[in-house]
Amino acid sequence: MTTQPIKYPLSESAAETLQAASGRRLADVTAEAARAGDLSMADIQISADTLRKQAEIARQAGYPQQAANLIRAAELTAVPNVEVLKMYNTLRPGRATHAQLAALANALETQYNAPECARMVREAATVYQKRDLLQK
Amino acid sequence: MPISRRFQLLEQRAVNRETFVEPWPEAGLIVADSPADPQPSLRIEAGQVIELDGRPRAEFDILDTFIADHGLDLAAAQIAMATPSIDIARKLVDINVPRAELLRLASGCTPAKLIEIIRHMNVLEMMMGLGKMRARRTPANQAHVTNRREHPALLAADAAEAALRGFAEIETTVGVARYAPFSALAILIGSQTGRGGVLTQCAVEESLGLELAMKGLTTYAETLSVYGTEGTFVDGDDTPWSKAFLSAAYASRGVKIRFTSGTGSEALMGHAQGCSMLYLEARCLLITRGAGSQGVQNGSISCIALPESLPGGVRAVLAENLLATMLGLEVASGNDALASHSDIRKAAKLMLQFIPGTDFITSGYSAMPRRENLFGGGNFDADDFDDYNVLQRDMQVDGGNRPISEQEALDIRTEAARAIQAVYAELGFPPITDAEVEAAVLAHGSEEMPARDVVADLAAADKFLPSEKNILSVIRALQIRGFEKVATNLLEMGRQRVAGDYLQTSAIFDKDFKVQSAINDANDYTGPGSGYRVSAERWQEMQNLPQVKSPRDFIADQIGVPCIRLVEVNPARTGESAEVIVAVGPAFGTALTRTINGLDHEDVLAAILTGVASQGLVARVVKIYRTSDCAAIGHIGAQLSGSGIAIGLQSRGTTVIHKRGLARLSNLELFPQSPSMTLETYQAIGVNAARYAMGAATTPVPVQVDNWARLRLIVKTALLHRHETEQVQDQPPMEMRFDWEPDL
Repeated sequence: MTTQPIKYPLSESAAETLQAASGRRLADVTAEAARAGDLSMADIQISADTLRKQAEIARQAGYPQQAANLIRAAELTAVPNVEVLKMYNTLRPGRATHAQLAALANALETQYNAPECARMVREAATVYQKRDLLQK
Repeated sequence: MPISRRFQLLEQRAVNRETFVEPWPEAGLIVADSPADPQPSLRIEAGQVIELDGRPRAEFDILDTFIADHGLDLAAAQIAMATPSIDIARKLVDINVPRAELLRLASGCTPAKLIEIIRHMNVLEMMMGLGKMRARRTPANQAHVTNRREHPALLAADAAEAALRGFAEIETTVGVARYAPFSALAILIGSQTGRGGVLTQCAVEESLGLELAMKGLTTYAETLSVYGTEGTFVDGDDTPWSKAFLSAAYASRGVKIRFTSGTGSEALMGHAQGCSMLYLEARCLLITRGAGSQGVQNGSISCIALPESLPGGVRAVLAENLLATMLGLEVASGNDALASHSDIRKAAKLMLQFIPGTDFITSGYSAMPRRENLFGGGNFDADDFDDYNVLQRDMQVDGGNRPISEQEALDIRTEAARAIQAVYAELGFPPITDAEVEAAVLAHGSEEMPARDVVADLAAADKFLPSEKNILSVIRALQIRGFEKVATNLLEMGRQRVAGDYLQTSAIFDKDFKVQSAINDANDYTGPGSGYRVSAERWQEMQNLPQVKSPRDFIADQIGVPCIRLVEVNPARTGESAEVIVAVGPAFGTALTRTINGLDHEDVLAAILTGVASQGLVARVVKIYRTSDCAAIGHIGAQLSGSGIAIGLQSRGTTVIHKRGLARLSNLELFPQSPSMTLETYQAIGVNAARYAMGAATTPVPVQVDNWARLRLIVKTALLHRHETEQVQDQPPMEMRFDWEPDL
């Protein structure tokens, strides 16, 4: 993890280099492009890389839990909208068996390269088992 | 039923429409320090918490586990838990201890430890703590915008006005869930019309909320409720892990998130486990922090009436806010749901957050009448806008709002209603007519709006949600229809989403669309002269209420053509006959010609002289130049009077009956309430003065008492007195000839 301070706000300090989730440069997200119908939602979506930068900013400012959340968020950028909603529902109480939660964790880890999210799901699976919150 | 008239009236007071109950710990009806609350303890072995607040790890419920594994900074815990709670409480109040040091200490405190700190603090100390611990240096405010008929043009217009009034966040919700995409769209367009950079959300069920965010229709979410016991949490259909996952999901789509908690929810949901509301809230806050939420909406929120029914409830709600700030969380501090029938009680409670300042002083100020509030909110609403602005002006406290003129409101509401009309037309939604636009501009509530085709609206909303249409289609629609400014603001929100700066703690956008958060606007309060101070520019804005008048022309009504029937002749002599002197002030009939009550000076004089004449006496009019003081005018008059009786009359109408031999500030009768004086009163004063002069038995003239008069007229009174005082000169009393015959 980098220890070099990142200058906040990124919208000012990194205005020239920031890229949207699509890879489009922020500098190219313009009114003209919008008018031309040249933009897609991914062009106004935050990228995993930028979320990691924001996580580092949070960490350096003394907000470690928030930094961890932004790391998980960076991971979840790879997960499609519909899948994200499904995953959330799987984690709600009484929705999944231990095996289903384990499968979700594996999918997060292998399919989406989301180890922190996977860790959180595995942790939940253990606690749910102990506290009787798995699907009956 | 009381038999005392006073108790009968007290019983009818607004405050007595509330429910007040005794604490009942077993039912969770206790705000703090329940016998069931645990004692603070923390044992760590091999980097893992093995005991939390007296409970061994084997017995942890889901909250204990999550707090132990995510909520606490174990590196800070040893020092924090070893520091006496009273020392931490004192540090919260000590201006020499900066916020950062307290954040470090609090990050290692268990829920019971946090409560033990609070136990040592009174509300004033907590307010000091809140002012220092608030994450963002600059305070702000949040608005609710909804209406019962879910009318898009009215939503847009109200959101635009709310944005113009300074609210940094605006949230809506829906009565009928299917309206959500349209209502989210309406407040988005409205808010960005009013001021670019206002964050918006639509409070709905989580998966729908996430869908709206994914379409770019919302920028924050504070629907993530957490609870202080396992039973309540699970009844809320979540666990700390599902909430944490949801937080990450929102953040992954560039949405700012805030959890919601608050005292009373566990008792309300029947799972308080005998614990105090504040202890359970401390658990919620550690979950919130552990899940990585940047902030929390707390301060009892929708349960506020429950802590308020109990002793110490309002103190506990302040404590919640303080605890959240100690944990480094952004705080949207309640004051949203209806908390009381009593305006006194509501306003007094507000002061606990308003004076110290919080990230959002209310977590939903109803920007329309409370009857339109679909959140169950409206503790303060559109009817109270001016009251709130006056409070800011009174105390030089920045409550996050700004006064606006009617014209500004009309202009912005028109622009917003037309913008949403254009977007509906361009995207093929059921049309918004010109009549609807016009009604939305002028309306106070949705009953003033033309009816819409509800079936068509809902069908269109159903189609919009899964369609390809999104924020970008809206931006294009606005561009095509010539709403360039609104389109640019919407696009800038999209651009800001790419940067993600507003995901940081306490982030808002300022009036120049610059992000302002705990990172670049961290609260650095360390006593007087530090932290947030109202800037000269902001102070000017807060002062400039549209209803403020220039005092310079306040007394124009009292200045007329000098009385030609009243002529100054020569220096006054001392009289010898049984007469009454009417001693008038230096401005009488010249620099001022009417009393504060609008009575013409000539008429006043005539009334007094008529009264005197009715008793068969004559009066001499004398103008006093050396003083403008009513008692002194009367006193000087009495020295000149043959009978020793004089009436002192200030130009604004204040009157005294004086008698030679009395001390200057003594008198026979005093009439200080000049605004209540009529010509009849002045005539009666003339009668009495004459009777005193004759040595006859006299009943004092009855005076009307209107304690509101001083309140209404004090500025005018001061200015009239100043005007009269300007006429004071070193000149002897002058005899006046008044061209008047008694009408007897």
